[in-house]
This record gives sequence, C-alpha cells and structure tokens, in this order.
Amino acid sequence: MSALTLYASDVVALARKDLRLELRARDTLPAMLLFVLSTLVVFHFALPTGTADDAAYGLLWIALIFTALLGLARAWAPEREGGALDGLVLAPCDRSAIWLGKTLAVLVFLTAAELVALPAFALFFAPVDLVAVAGVVLASIGICAVGSLLAAMAAASRGREVILPLLFLPLAIPLIVGGVGAGISPEGATYLTFLGLYDLVFAILAWATFEYVITE
Amino acid sequence: MSSRNNLPLLAFATTAVLGIAVVLALLVAPEDVDQGVSQRIFYFHVPIALTAYLCFGLGAWKALRLLWVGGERRDFESYTWIHQGTIFGALTLITGSIWAKASWGVWWSWGSNQLVLFLVLFLFYCAYFMLRFSVDEGARRERICAVYALFGVALIPVSFFAIRLASDFIHPTVFTREGPQMTGTMFGSFLVCWVGITLLAYVMYRIELVGKRTDANLRELREALS
Amino acid sequence: MIDVAAAAAGPVVLGEGLEKRYGRKRVLRGVSFAVPRGGFLVVTGANGAGKTTLLRLVAGLAAPTGGVLEVSGDRRDLGFVGHEPLVYQELTALENLELFGRLYRVADRRERSGMLLERFGLWDARSDRVSTYSRGMIQRLALCRALLHDPALLVLDEPFTALDEDGAGVLDMELSALAGERTVMLSTHDPARVEALATDRLVLA
Repeated sequence: MSALTLYASDVVALARKDLRLELRARDTLPAMLLFVLSTLVVFHFALPTGTADDAAYGLLWIALIFTALLGLARAWAPEREGGALDGLVLAPCDRSAIWLGKTLAVLVFLTAAELVALPAFALFFAPVDLVAVAGVVLASIGICAVGSLLAAMAAASRGREVILPLLFLPLAIPLIVGGVGAGISPEGATYLTFLGLYDLVFAILAWATFEYVITE
Repeated sequence: MSSRNNLPLLAFATTAVLGIAVVLALLVAPEDVDQGVSQRIFYFHVPIALTAYLCFGLGAWKALRLLWVGGERRDFESYTWIHQGTIFGALTLITGSIWAKASWGVWWSWGSNQLVLFLVLFLFYCAYFMLRFSVDEGARRERICAVYALFGVALIPVSFFAIRLASDFIHPTVFTREGPQMTGTMFGSFLVCWVGITLLAYVMYRIELVGKRTDANLRELREALS
Repeated sequence: MIDVAAAAAGPVVLGEGLEKRYGRKRVLRGVSFAVPRGGFLVVTGANGAGKTTLLRLVAGLAAPTGGVLEVSGDRRDLGFVGHEPLVYQELTALENLELFGRLYRVADRRERSGMLLERFGLWDARSDRVSTYSRGMIQRLALCRALLHDPALLVLDEPFTALDEDGAGVLDMELSALAGERTVMLSTHDPARVEALATDRLVLA
C-alpha cells in the first residue's frame, strides 16, 4: 500500500472508532441535536416581532457555533480516559492523522446537527438558499479543523470546559462573517471564497502543528 | 546576566526620542485642516498599533523557533513579546477610542476596522494568557502556547479581511482616516513617534524578560532549598 | 543468546546524563545507562525516584530536558506498558486490538490478537467493553496491546501491578520467552521476581 493509502486508512479507522463510540454511548450527538433546536426556539422569544430575516441569520450562526462547541468540548473525552491518547502517540502512524480523524468525526456530528437545524430554521424563521447551505458546509469544515486542535489544547489544561470557548470564539469570528455573508449578501460567492481560504489556511496550520500539542 | 548591560543606556535614549516625539507631535507638526487638534493623537495611535503588530509577529516568530529548534528561553521570549503586544493592543484600543470620541462623538465605532480588529486580537491574546496559566509548566505548555501564538499571526490577516467583508453588510458607510496627504513635517514627526514607540516596546520587553527570568530563577532556587 | 554482531553495533537504548524537568520541578537528574540488544534492564528505585518518567522518556512520550538519549529503531519497534492501559475504555478488547493493530500495520492482527487474548486469559471477555474489566484484566489487555506488533524493544513500567498469580505467571513465561531475543526495560518494586532474567540493573535515587 502506498503511504497515502495507509494514511487515509489510519484516518478512517480513527474516525470510525469515534462514530462507534458515539453509537454505543450516545452522549454527544443527541445533546447537540436537542441543544440546537432549543436554541432556535429560545431565539424566537429573543427576537422582537417584525425583525428582518437578516437578524435571524445571525442567530442561526450563534446557534451553530455553540452547538459545535458542545460537541468539541467532548471530542477528546474518549482519549483522556485510560490514557488512550498516549496509545495513539506511541503508534507509528503520522500524528496528524489523529487530528484529521477527530476532525472528520466531529464534522459528522456537526453535519447531523445542521441537518436538523437548517430545516428547522427555514420552518421557524426564514428560507435558506443554496449559497447559504454552501456557507454552512464550508464554515463547518473550518470549525471542526480548528476546533479539534483547540479542544486538544484545552484537554491538556486544568479548566478545559471553560477555556475552549475562550480559545475558539476569536478564531470563529471570520467564520461567522463568512457564513452570515453567504446567507444574506447578494455577493455570496465572495464570502464562499473567503470561507474556502480560511479552511485552507487553518487546516494546513492545524495539520502541521497538531503533533506539538499532544507530545511533551 | 551579561556584564555589558546596555539596558539603562537604551532606556535613556528611548526617553529622549519619546520626548522629542511628543514635542514634534504636539507643537511642531502643522494642525490638520479638517480634524484640528484631535488629529494629533494619530501620531501615537498608529505607531502604537504598528508596534503591537510587530510584538505579536515577534512572539509568533519566537514560537516558530521554539517548535523548530526547541529551547525554554524561546518560550519566555515568545511569551514576553505577546505580553508587550497585548499591552500595546490595549493602548491602541484606548487611543483609538479617544480619537473616535473626538472626531465622531462616540467612544466606540464598529465602522473603524482597525479598532474592531484590535478588539478581536485583544480577545484572542487574552485567551492566550488564560491558556498559559491553566496548563502545567513544562515542555507541553511551551508547545501548546507556541502553536496558539502561531494561530494568532494567521488570524491577523484573516480577521482583517473578515472585518472588511463584514463592514459591507453590518456597517455600509466606511469611515476613512486618510484625509489629505501628509506634509513632510507631518510625516517626519510620525516617523520619530514610530521609532520612539518601537524603542519603548523593546525596552519594556527587555525589562519584562529580566523580570520573568529572575522570577523563574527565584522559584527554582526556592525549590532547590526546600 | 546475545547476537554478537548486533551487540557490536552499539546499545539499543543509551542514556547519558539524562535530565527531565517539568517547569521548575526536576524529576530526573544525571541518569546514565545502556541496554545492549537482547539485554534485560531492571529499573528499581523508591516511589517518586523517576522510574515512570525515565520509561516515558525511552518510549518517546516525553522528551528529556537535558542529556543524551538514543533509542534505536522507530515507534514500530517499541512496545510500552505504562500506569494507564492506553486503550479505549468503551471499546471491547478485540476492537482495541484491531484498531491498534491497524495503526501498527500488523498484517495478521486478527490471529495475533486471538492468540494473545487466549494466552492472557481474556478470550472469553474479548467482546466486553474494557470499562467492565477488573484492574487485573485491564493490565492483561495492556500487555496484549504492547506485544501485539511483536516489538524489538519492550518498555514495561511495573507490569506486575494488579496482576493476580495467574496473570503474573503468564507474564513470567512471556518474559522468559522474550529474554535474549528482544530487548527489555522493566521497572519494578520486586526485583527478585525478574532476577533470573536481568542482565543489567539501574537503581534510581
């Protein structure tokens, strides 16, 4: 097998392990689904009547970001128990594969939450067009790529639940700008390009630096 | 520490340059035709902002070197540069806020992209300190902080574009501070101010670095004695 | 038993003046040792002397802050048993070994997993989640995990901990079979147990 096939098979094995754990314990995805729905309902009461659709788009993004945070906060929980992360660090696979596997697993959870959130949003508040959906997809990639790395950092700290949102939110601001812009601006393509660039820059950075975050 | 300690001399020179800079900015440089006296804060606001970028950049550079070649010393240096960057970032927010009050009558304006960018960076680097203080000392912390510092320099241009894009739909009217072209005296005064503030940042960095190292050595001694 | 040609190529693990600090806290200072190919190094020392830290350095889980550490081979050649089992608590023994076998590129991982689980008396519990295991069973699984890819260098941090007489007996047999063939570094509070196998000793103070 070529090096790339091996790398891909490591990534898939690691991501599949996370999905299997989630299917068994069901402690992250149901929470994310319920959270995103509850948040949208809360927003109905937080938005004064007659507010423009544009404002509702902003709230959609707040709901998505905080739902992602909920999933990210638990992302490395299986690795913390029993020192499984040390087990992965010892294995001869490329360490960036650990990051990529986790990113994919979190992306699957977040996508599932969005599959509930977007139709619900369209039903409760405002229609969602194709450009807006593309914005959600691109921003989700960025959220998971950066988020899984920051969550690994936070997992090494004492106040991990508190510290992750502090680390993550300043980095999520450009994603929110891109996502909201793709939803409400007539020039959606500009925002999609911007989101694509964000994903590229930060995915490469996270891929290259992950090893340093998990080793001593 | 090194026997030829040039820090007092450097500090003295910095004070002199800053003194000249104040005189130039407040008295020598001609008054701006549109904005009047309030425009003079420009001579400090912009150099402080540029210096903050420089500090963040140097902090990330030291972080990169740490990941590359290692060395506990680089962790201290990166940390100290980011510390200075955060101080100058806060000063940028304060001076920018004063300028906004003077020219637009409000203490805060989301229309000023530079101010918004510094607010984002200020939040980011405050999180850096939170992270640093909640991870146990050691090689792991050095590396985690270094990686976060690298994310910071990537965030600067990305946020810059994001804020420009956002101002299209959040705040369509764009304020500009360019105004008329700077005259020779104005530009000269600006340059002196810039040099002065940069020197100030460097002196503060050196002092802070000595302080942090002394603190670390003291704790090591205490550990050894107990 | 020691392969003369290989031994001439130098030690498998060489430490000179090793030092490890966590911030201001110094855990190891000036530790020097060498383990030749096929050697069996027993590391002893009081609690807190740094046995665990030393073995984590050799395993590559931490980097020394001073001194020289050379470990021949790469991560593929290393098997490690630490204080924690290094497995997923909510996966079964079989799933854990399948995952790690894949990451270690063990071609016949199914057969080897089965054989090791059988040998360590975990075959009947192979489809139970690790979180339902007793301490001793977890330790047995940790040993299976470390031996899965048949490593050339075994680093074992107090491997007899939590094992009952049965488990310890199996480990004794495994170690005897490996001694001379593989290089072993082992820390223990009970050096008498491995006295017959030891070729080198290191006492940490």
